This record gives sequence, C-alpha cells and structure tokens, in this order.
Amino acid sequence: MSDTIHIPVLRMGQTYRSLDTIKFAVAGHSLEISVANSGLIRRDLQHLARAGASLRAIPCNTLVGYCEKAAELYLHGNLPWGDGDRLQSPADYVAALSQLTGLPHSLGRANMGKVHAAMSNIRAVIAGLTRGMPLELFDRGVVRQEGLDINFFPQTESLGVLLPSNSPGVNSLWLPALVMKIPVVLKPGREDALTPFRIIQAMIAAGFPKSAFGFYPTTHDGGDTLLFGNGRAIAFGNDTTLKKYAPYRHIQVHGSGRSKVLVGDDSADQWEKDLDVIVHSISANGGRSCINCSSVLISRHRDALADALARRLAAIEPLPREHPDATLCGFANTAIAKGIDERIDELLKVPGATDLAARYRQGPRLVEMHGQTFLRPTLIVCDDLQHPLANTEFMFPFASILQVPQADMIEQIGESLVVSAFTRDRDWSAALMTSTNIERLNLGPYSTMRVQWEQPHEGNLFEFLYRRRALQGDLPSA
Amino acid sequence: MSTTHTVSSAQTALDAWTREMIAWHFSPDTGSDYWLKWAETAGWNPLKEITCFADIAKKFDHFDDDVLRDEQPERFVPRAFAGRPYNIFETGGTTGMPKQRVGWEDYKVDYEEFSDHYGPDFFPKGTNWLMVGPTGPRRLRLAIEHLANHRGGSCYFVDLDPRWVKRLIGMGEMAMARKYQEHVIDQAAAIIRHRNIQCMFTTPRLLENLAERMSLVKAGIKGVFAGGTTMTPQYVRFVVEEVLEGQINFAPTYGNTLMGLAISRKLQPADNYSITYYAPQPRAALRVVNPDRPSELVAYGEYGRVELTTMTKEFFVPRFLERDEAIRRPPCDEFAWDGVGDVRPFQSLTKTIIEGVY
Repeated sequence: MSDTIHIPVLRMGQTYRSLDTIKFAVAGHSLEISVANSGLIRRDLQHLARAGASLRAIPCNTLVGYCEKAAELYLHGNLPWGDGDRLQSPADYVAALSQLTGLPHSLGRANMGKVHAAMSNIRAVIAGLTRGMPLELFDRGVVRQEGLDINFFPQTESLGVLLPSNSPGVNSLWLPALVMKIPVVLKPGREDALTPFRIIQAMIAAGFPKSAFGFYPTTHDGGDTLLFGNGRAIAFGNDTTLKKYAPYRHIQVHGSGRSKVLVGDDSADQWEKDLDVIVHSISANGGRSCINCSSVLISRHRDALADALARRLAAIEPLPREHPDATLCGFANTAIAKGIDERIDELLKVPGATDLAARYRQGPRLVEMHGQTFLRPTLIVCDDLQHPLANTEFMFPFASILQVPQADMIEQIGESLVVSAFTRDRDWSAALMTSTNIERLNLGPYSTMRVQWEQPHEGNLFEFLYRRRALQGDLPSA
Repeated sequence: MSTTHTVSSAQTALDAWTREMIAWHFSPDTGSDYWLKWAETAGWNPLKEITCFADIAKKFDHFDDDVLRDEQPERFVPRAFAGRPYNIFETGGTTGMPKQRVGWEDYKVDYEEFSDHYGPDFFPKGTNWLMVGPTGPRRLRLAIEHLANHRGGSCYFVDLDPRWVKRLIGMGEMAMARKYQEHVIDQAAAIIRHRNIQCMFTTPRLLENLAERMSLVKAGIKGVFAGGTTMTPQYVRFVVEEVLEGQINFAPTYGNTLMGLAISRKLQPADNYSITYYAPQPRAALRVVNPDRPSELVAYGEYGRVELTTMTKEFFVPRFLERDEAIRRPPCDEFAWDGVGDVRPFQSLTKTIIEGVY
C-alpha cells in the first residue's frame, strides 16, 4: 500500500487525479490533493443538468433520511481518505485536521459535532428555512397552505461554495442544499480539504447520488470560475472578498463577522453573572469563527468588566494539540500569526487603546509552544469605536471592550453578523429587532456562538436558492 | 522531425553564427546606430573579444528592454538595411508606451522553420487557418498569415486586445472582461461555423473557451498551434484530452517579439505532459540561469530564470532576462541544444501576476 493518500477532484461524482497537486504531511503519510484548473471546472459546469436530475429523482423525504444517516457516518464511520482503499476513522480525521489547520483535537471533535448536528437536525433546519412548509415542496414545486397553492422554483441549477479553512463547522451551511435538490460545487479551503471530502463521502455512502457533488480544490482563478459559473454561490473571506463580490447578486459573501455583545442598561450592574457567557463568546472554537464576539459594549462598569475579562482570557494558555482541554488553535501558517501580532502592536500605537490582557498573560501574545505558533487571547480596552482596534476581528480570541451609552449602541456598531444583546428592555429589544445592521440577534444573556437549528444561519439558504412564483388558475390534481 | 545536428556540431554552428552576427552588428558598414554607439563607450571591442557564444555571457551585460521603449526604433536599423522600409512590432500585453522592435524577414524565417518541423498532415497543407488572439501591432499577426500561406492556405483573423483586458482586470471589471472574451469567442465560433477552417492559432485560454462552445473535432479542426501563457503539465493534459478530445494535433510554443518562436518537442508518455521548448538556434538561444547569479547556468532539471540572446541580421539582443522561469532540460533527438521546460512567470510562486487573460 502506498504511503501517499491522494484526495482527488470530484467532477460531479467522477474522481479525477490532477497532475497539479498540493502536498502535505500528516500522521506519517504524505497527503496529496489534486488541484483542478479552471477550464476543467467550466467544462463540468456545462453538465449540471444531469446532476440536478439525479437528485430530483429521489423524494425529498428520502434525501432527509440519507442526510440523517450521513450524520452518523460522518461522526462515527470509517470513510474513504481519498481515491484509494484506505479508510479514515474519525480519530484519523481529527488528527489530520489538527495538523493541517492548527485546530486542537478537542475543537476538531466539537466541529464534527456541529456538522453532525446540522445533518441530524436537517428536518428542523429545512423547516426553519422554509417556515414549516412540507418537504413535498421540493418534489412537486407546490404545496397547499391555508387554502393557497404556493409554488417555489429553483433559481439555480447548482450552488457553488468557496469554503474557508478556519473552521470546519461552516460546512454545515451548504448541507441543506442537497436535500433541497440543488447539487453543490465546492472549493475547499487550502488547509481543509478533509472536512468537505469526508462529508461528501458520508453523504454518498448514505445514499446521495455521486453526481450531485463537485469537489474542486483549485486556484484563485478556479475559485472565480466557480463563483461565476454557478447560478448561486457563497464565498467566505475577509473584507476584500466582500468588496470584490459585493456587486454580484448571485454571490452571497460571508466576510468578517464583527459580532458583538451589547450589555444594556438593565444588565450592566450584573456583569459578573454574565462573565462566562462573554468569555465563551470571545474564545469558543479558538476564536476562529465569524460568530465569535469581537467587541463588547457596555453602558457602564467598562473597567471592572474589562479587568475581569482580561484575567479570564489571559488564563487561557496554549496546550498541546492532543490535550483534552486545549482551546487555542495553532497557526498552520506562522507568517499569518506574526502579521496579526505586528498589526495589533502597530495599531496600539494609536492613542486610546490598551491591551489589558497583556497585563495578566504569561508572556508575549505571539508564542511558539508545543511545536506550534499561537496567539494568546487579547482584550483591547478602547476609548471609542473610531479606534482602528475597536471594531475589527482576528482569527484568535480577540475582542475590544468599550463603554457606550445604550441609546448610541445600535447606531454605532455598524454591520454585525451576530449581536447578543443582554437586556430585557422591551423598547430597546424592539429597536434591535428593527435595526438593519444585525444579521442574527440573540436577546438575553446568550453566547454569540449559540446555534438554534430552526433559525436561518447567515442568510436564508432556501430563499437564496428558491423563489416564490405567483400561481393562479387551475392546478392539475396530483 | 529529428535534428541533423549533434550537440557538438550545434555548438560549433552557434559559435560560428555568433562571430558572424557580432561582425555584422558591430561593423560600421552593417551595424545599427544603437549598437555602434554603444560599442564606442563599452570599453571593450566586441569584434575582437567575442569569439564564441560563451563569450557573450562573459562580456555583455543583460540587455535592458526599456531601451526598446525609450529609443526611436530606427536607431536599431542595421546600416546594411538602410533605405529598406521595415515593420515595427510591439510586445504583447504591455501598457503605457510600448516596447518596439524593427523587422523585415525574421518572422518569415522563424515560421517557415516552425512549419518545416511538422509534417504535411499535422497542420494539413492547403487548408485554411484561423487566428484568434492579439493582432494589431504584433509580429504574430503577420507571422501566422505567413505560416498559413507557406503551407498553401489562407488565414482568417479575430482580434483580441490584451492591453484592454489587462486594464479591465486592473479596474476590477471582471464582468466586462468576461463579456469581452465572449465577444471574441462569438466571432471565432462564427468563422469556424461558416468557413472551411482546419488549423488554428490561439492562446490556450481562448482555445478552452472556444471548445466550451463547440466540439473542435466535429468542427473539422485538425491542428492547433498555441502559445502565450503558462501551460502546466495538468493544463496541457486537459487541453490534449478534453479540449482537443485526444484527436487534434497540438503544437504548444513559447515565444515573443524579441525571440521568435521556440518549438516544443513532441510529447512522450514519459514526459507526463511536461512541455519543453527549444529556441530557434542559432538565431536565438535560451539559457536557464541562476536568478541570483545570472552568469551561471542552473543544473539540468532545476528551475532558473530564462535568458534570451537573439542574433539575426535584423536584430541583436544579448542576454535579455525574460520575465519567466523554467526548468533547464537537456538536448533531445529533435533539438541538439538545451531546452526550457514548464515555463512559468518568474517568481510566480511568490508574486501575484495577471496572467492567462487572453
């Protein structure tokens, strides 16, 4: 048996070994990943109709069953590593993922749990996205609700997704598309081809047709091809990605989250009670998610809360990747860690900001430990939201903390993916619910990382893929 | 086609040609104003000190191609050609003031040699050609037409302006760049559908786009000659297997306005689609040099920067460092001198480069 594991391109189900490859070393094996050229992707996209037909041939309820079965296979099963006979156990996957992305095993398993939950709760997810419409909508295109025929039709033959490498959990976002009978065309992140490949293998093993899956590790050019060659596409990235694709309606861009905790007037005095939730919001999943809190706004007691938060965050130390309590991620690319560290130090020279965690942590922010490069948690106390460190985010537990009058918070926070507003104030809650700059709103002392399957996640995928049509006249009986 | 040279006889011919060309370009009766004036201030005499090709690398500095932007082209006209009208050719995708060179017959010589390298059926003789790519002030447009004529056919043209494409991409106008590309492909597809075309020159990217519109095999295309951008082994495999459906002859080339045309050796299974190009020696010679110490060649099988020396009666360019890097490859049965393999933009692994736009 060869020691090299090869992850192929999946050309709508057909495996293909490219002559262009990226090579990694994991767990004593060399891991080789095929890289697709953009022309190859364009050619395959011409045959999407076939992929869609293979899904349409299966009742939606059956696809839901496949998805639930795939959840178990993904979490517990031995699945193909690549195009050879070698099988990957969950432990193999977590260990390799850790080596490629820096994610400690504990967080790798936690992310597996997230993906598993998204798959096993697929009925609730779909119901949440469609506001409870029966699954037969995807079989017939029409359902009857409250005496009205409701017709939805797909706006695209496929969903293209440019995935990131920072957090495997984001793969849960594209999963419902398959159950909604829309094939997926995926470009994995450079360091995390393993997760989407494992999910695809689980779904195929559970019964989904191979031809419904395109898996194209590729270049930037190939990524653009994928975004523009699919009728609907999702891209993950930073502010630059957002700016680049913002003009295109068919592309949904998930840029920086800038998620926040807002502590209202009625909760500010009891900040100590909510401290755990804020620490979780900032540091869960290694601080890598766009739904991690990157700013805390409180209307009074800023300094007391900041001091307590800084102590708690500073106590989070790098641990070996296999350690069960490890919560900090190493950086697979040390230059990125160094760049972030230097950037923060540079911006701290702008008056009005202090790294309070520096007072309590055991050494510098950037540290080499346990054979990896880490950034230790950082809390910046800012005097106002205009400071360049006040409303930004980095790929580790990083947050700013500010004192802002409650009345000014909504206006000042800017675009925020998640806001957890710690309040029971009815008027302020109403104002938050009608604000236009918050994508997901948690009312009450809940972590920004909270996931409720019945609610849409980062945009409603159903509404992105399907559109309602006015249907009038005589509908032929089924 | 196999070479008639041995490595040794090719070297001897290159050295003899070097002496002849140095005598031509640095003699007051035949040389150009630019090189004669250059020699006056060089502090050494090429006529005496260049006795073989290796001396070029020892004595000349690297040619600065900005000279071709700054100087009037007529300064490069050899006195032997005084009074003969000439062509002015510009380099490919340059923006701003273009780099220009003068020429008379060089392109015909290059393309006849290219034609002769292939048999009568590779690009069927007597059939028509279509060129889809940059025409305008480029040598390529005349060269392809000459190639078609030399093989007994005519040539149709569809223009693509790479300077405009680069500008669109630079402005972030990706959608407009795609529309322009579609406009070019629309025209090419129309010509192929309505005229009897069996041979094509185009860039790899346009070839792909065209084949997304139609089966080139079913359209009757027999041979494709392509060049202009990087072709990785995977890319070549993709073109051969899928774009050309394994049924159309494919001649990848490497070239530019300064060099002429480097032909690729026939792909063998052992190559695994890795292409090696050979300069039209002795008129032009390519070396693969150490980027940090450009006087040294890299070892066979290693990447280095491509260095070009062009020596024809019409034009002399010593030791021009191309913006490309390549693997140094040994002579083969088709060419008795070093080749350059898997050419890609210089330092492409560390820089962002707008490439493959046309």
